[in-house]
Amino acid sequence: MTTMTDPPGQGFRLSQLIYDTRYRSLTIQVVAMILLMLLFSWLVSNTIHNLQNLGKDFDFGFLWQPSGYDINQRLIDYNSQSTHGRAALVGILNTLLVAALGCALATVLGVIAGVLRLSNNWLVARLMAFYVEGFRNVPLLLWIVLIFALMTEGTPAPSAFRGDTPSASMLFDAVAITNRGVYIPAIHFNAAFFESGLYNWLLIIAVFAASVFAVKRIGHWAAVKQEATGDRPTTWYLTLGVLIVPTAILMVLMGAYFDLPSLQGFNFGGGVHLRGSLIALWLALSLYTGAFIAEIVRGGILAISKGQSEAAFALGLRPGTTMNLVILPQALRVIIPPLISQFLNLTKNSSLAIAVGYMDARSTLGGITINQTGRELEGMLLLGLFYLVLSLLISGVMNVYNNSVKLKER
Amino acid sequence: MKKTVILGALTVAGLAAGAAGAATLDDVKARGSLNCGVSTGLTGFSAPDANGVWQGFDVAVCRAVAAAVLGDPMAVEFVPTTGQTRFTALASGEIDVLARNTTWTFSRDVDLKFEFIGVNYYDGQGFMVPKALGVSSAKELDGATVCIQTGTTTELNLADFFRVNNISYEPVPIETNAEAQQQYLAGACDVYTTDASGLAATRASFEAPGDHVILPEIISKEPLGPLVRHGDSEWGDIVRWTLNALVAAEEYGVTSANIGELSAAPGNNPEINRLLGTEGELGAMFGLEADWAKKAIMANGNYGEIFEKTIGENTPIGLSRGLNAQWTEGGLLYSPPFR
Ligand SMILES: N[C@@H](CCC(=O)N[C@@H](CS)C(=O)NCC(=O)O)C(=O)O
Repeated sequence: MTTMTDPPGQGFRLSQLIYDTRYRSLTIQVVAMILLMLLFSWLVSNTIHNLQNLGKDFDFGFLWQPSGYDINQRLIDYNSQSTHGRAALVGILNTLLVAALGCALATVLGVIAGVLRLSNNWLVARLMAFYVEGFRNVPLLLWIVLIFALMTEGTPAPSAFRGDTPSASMLFDAVAITNRGVYIPAIHFNAAFFESGLYNWLLIIAVFAASVFAVKRIGHWAAVKQEATGDRPTTWYLTLGVLIVPTAILMVLMGAYFDLPSLQGFNFGGGVHLRGSLIALWLALSLYTGAFIAEIVRGGILAISKGQSEAAFALGLRPGTTMNLVILPQALRVIIPPLISQFLNLTKNSSLAIAVGYMDARSTLGGITINQTGRELEGMLLLGLFYLVLSLLISGVMNVYNNSVKLKER
Repeated sequence: MKKTVILGALTVAGLAAGAAGAATLDDVKARGSLNCGVSTGLTGFSAPDANGVWQGFDVAVCRAVAAAVLGDPMAVEFVPTTGQTRFTALASGEIDVLARNTTWTFSRDVDLKFEFIGVNYYDGQGFMVPKALGVSSAKELDGATVCIQTGTTTELNLADFFRVNNISYEPVPIETNAEAQQQYLAGACDVYTTDASGLAATRASFEAPGDHVILPEIISKEPLGPLVRHGDSEWGDIVRWTLNALVAAEEYGVTSANIGELSAAPGNNPEINRLLGTEGELGAMFGLEADWAKKAIMANGNYGEIFEKTIGENTPIGLSRGLNAQWTEGGLLYSPPFR
């Protein structure tokens, strides 16, 4: 090992920092770092200077001041006397709601469209291609506004349901589709266990989750039995019973009943009011992101070599079973990583909500609050922090899932 | 992660980097045009006409200031702002003056660090409903769906009004007047609430204005006026006294018709002489030419002429002077003396 490049005896020269490959990358990194720090300190000092010029300070105290404005969609108690901080929380919950609904629907739409686009049926495949290209290539904002406009212009006002010969009527006397949103029946309890509706629902969800877990155990037990004896015990009635009966009993005990929407004054009262803004935003986000997910699913499926399905067919599996048992499980590991970015996109795109007046975090904290208090910098930083944390959480959860479906190499 | 931080910092920089230095007058002169923030479109107050030229009551203030400072009423860049974007636009230096029916409030003046230079329209918040609804008072609106522009005093007054009267409502937040109009006409809200002048202007642009009524209740005080950034008093003075000049001109009977004659030589009213620069050095005191006020008045006429041309009784908007008459006529308009 005597391949010394520099002749012995000669000391370190400065030019080596640039010309010597041993030091060069270090030099570049140090220079880049210094530039970055300079840029950073310039930004900070400039901000401080400008804030001073404007006579503004940096203070989060506004979060504890009464907000003074009302918010139509509230998942927690809130009124105009609540604080700006609580208004932000209401907005954050609204963001989470539309993001969760959107991710769920987009996945369903995307998987269906992605699989069907590969269908041998010419018409179905073409229709799906039409859907994907149509939604992918038009800006999301246009879809949001378009769907909202269709809903406000194309559906009757609540007043059309009034009078002796109303020009509009409810579906099955239970659902009213109006230009202010859709009113659907709500489930209420007249012997509720808890004061707050939220806790009652949490209890029901907990019981149902326990049932789902039990059903899984039953399936596992059947599988073990099948391995051991060769026949699989019939479990469907047991499964069905375990799934439904406990939740049903609980609901009856709590005195559950349907609260149907009905005309009251200017609007419908009772039931659940799904506002037009929520529906428009939800559908637009889902359809738009669904188109991207469809392509990801299609790509994932195409990535599995044809030999796999041929082998499955040779074993006598039907096309549907082949898809479910052979192709999709393998395709998932190609699909999940890009799917994560689609979920993140959807969540962040939900900040377009203000276009239809949906009161998400951007509209409350990043909109009205900033405007009424003049705390642009603080508000935007908080908002950025919220989206950052939310995105990290989503990708964290999805990465855990990704690890669980990844090919296990032993 | 690192990237996100940098992007975040860039956003912050975007917010912060624009803030202009103190000397707005020098900036405007160097630029050769005035950047004026107006609404996104409210007939009569600020809206582009068929030729794309901005017209209206608020626009006239911008033109008068441009005429006073630059000698050319057309040297104005109009920046349309929504209720939400207007304050950021002004604070960041994107605009030099905001003339967009903006209410003078304590917190905007003190906490948001702006300087209201006066009031060009004394207004109050009202409600508009379709006649067919059969409502005659705002107190009958329990349970109604109300369209409001976000980022305004309107939404705060509305919350207070309904809470104090113990009635409920469903707010539909909206960004611009045009959207509000569309939602209201489609029946997606029962009521539209904003400044009464804005309601009149909006109703005037309906196909059937007669089908809509403005309810009698005025639930707030909305003194609307132009504003500038806090901290540049010289610039604030220029805009303030330009508005005062328009008001004083009406009081003294200086109109676009007789201004040429009145400014040709000093007359026997010293106040008019000082206003028009034929006597004294008022213009030089804040770095403008002696005939600055003459140019400002010639841009669109005096306050009264502007009012009649844009929103007055002979326009479709049909607002009467009311509180906005001169103090000599029982109104609130009162310019401090020019001396
Ligand atoms: N005066 C209130 C409300 C101002 C406001 O939003 N006015 C409406 C209607 S009067 C407007 O100018 N809209 C025009 C637009 O949408 O740009 C405030 O300063 O907050």
